[in-house]
Amino acid sequence: MTTPDLPEQLAEIREDFLGLEVRERLQLLLEFSNELPELPERYRDHPDLFERVEECQSPVFIFTEVDDARIVHLFAIAPKEAPTTRGFASILVQGLAGLTVEEVLAVPDDYPQTIGLTEAVSPLRIRGMTALLGRAKRQVREKIAA
Amino acid sequence: MAVEVDSAAQFTEFAHPERLVSGDWLEAHLGTPGLVVVESDEDVLLYETGHIEGAVKIDWHTDLNDPVVRDYIDGAGFAKLLGSKGIGRDTTVVIYGDKNNWWAAYALWVFTLFGHEDVRLLDGGRAKWEAEGRAYTTAAESATPVDYPVVERDDSKIRAYKDDVLAHLGNPLVDVRSPEEFSGERTTAPAYPEEGALRAGHIPSAQNVPWAKAVAEDGTFKPVPELDAIYRDGAGLKDGDSIVAYCRIGERSSHTWFVLTHLLGFEGVRNYDGSWTEWGSTVRVPIVKGSEPGAVPAK
Repeated sequence: MTTPDLPEQLAEIREDFLGLEVRERLQLLLEFSNELPELPERYRDHPDLFERVEECQSPVFIFTEVDDARIVHLFAIAPKEAPTTRGFASILVQGLAGLTVEEVLAVPDDYPQTIGLTEAVSPLRIRGMTALLGRAKRQVREKIAA
Repeated sequence: MAVEVDSAAQFTEFAHPERLVSGDWLEAHLGTPGLVVVESDEDVLLYETGHIEGAVKIDWHTDLNDPVVRDYIDGAGFAKLLGSKGIGRDTTVVIYGDKNNWWAAYALWVFTLFGHEDVRLLDGGRAKWEAEGRAYTTAAESATPVDYPVVERDDSKIRAYKDDVLAHLGNPLVDVRSPEEFSGERTTAPAYPEEGALRAGHIPSAQNVPWAKAVAEDGTFKPVPELDAIYRDGAGLKDGDSIVAYCRIGERSSHTWFVLTHLLGFEGVRNYDGSWTEWGSTVRVPIVKGSEPGAVPAK
């Protein structure tokens, strides 16, 4: 399967996961989980800006920002007791970093199903990541329409 | 060769106190031959972030569910799984997990379908273990494989199918979901379709007792007088009743199944694991909306 249009970081993340045994994929997801960036200072006291991703079993909140250069910035908060959800959020935060509005909106909605995690964490759980991506894209659309 | 039971005072009132162990007991018994500790969580990565020393991990999605059919693994699959985790048929198993032992209770219920006799919960699960400042390790899982016999599941005693529930109408039903799910309210905006069931509401005559009512602040099970007030006085359950509990997919209700069966001593409690995701999408089954249980429909 080739998807030439997939942004570089997202393609790399996918290759990294697919190159591992199923059990090791969980370890990589854990590494992503540990790497979820802290919120920048300016957003720390603004829980109101963040949208809860209801489809995830654990509380996870996201917020997207589009800067003057039409670059998308995704921020996410998830508790340490929910490492899987943190890992999903972290993959998207890193995978979408530096992308333009158009590039983010062009990311295939089924990207979460293509990175080899469905088997490792179950199809039901991967829905949470699909929802994260879907909501991030919807926020971007709303921001550029505003 | 069962490992001795925890005779801690807080468990003696329960109908089957041998089904619970405390953190003190577990810490003192870690490494005892014949004991295997199992972690079972909602979050599939939580074990990797730190777990009780020597514990093995069993995940409800990837280990206990059949990967194709909506069902549990079969006898051969269960034997392979448990054997690989170092669990023999006579092994004493203590299960613990996140979210007030929600998924731990689910795993215990599945073990019971296969008739694994000595399976217990760590009262309070991960939260209490952590609150008590007890240790975790991030060591990789290591278990010496053993032989577990192939024993087929017995679904007849503690599991209910949809047709069993239809035949059961008129007997007590406990819906352990949130009040919003019970009444059939939809709070989600149209842009976010709710997954899992086509219709909302509850099975007629079901009493709504959200599962977590059985749990105290610290994550342990409430004492018998408080549980009696909830389930006997509140939901009207009586000794001798045939009871079916359900939720959305049968996990929260296996927690209630544990409470009713092992803590309060009700016999013949069944968990309807098809639950709302099956009932709410089934053609022409009766449904009641609103916060009242509603009447049993005429057959």
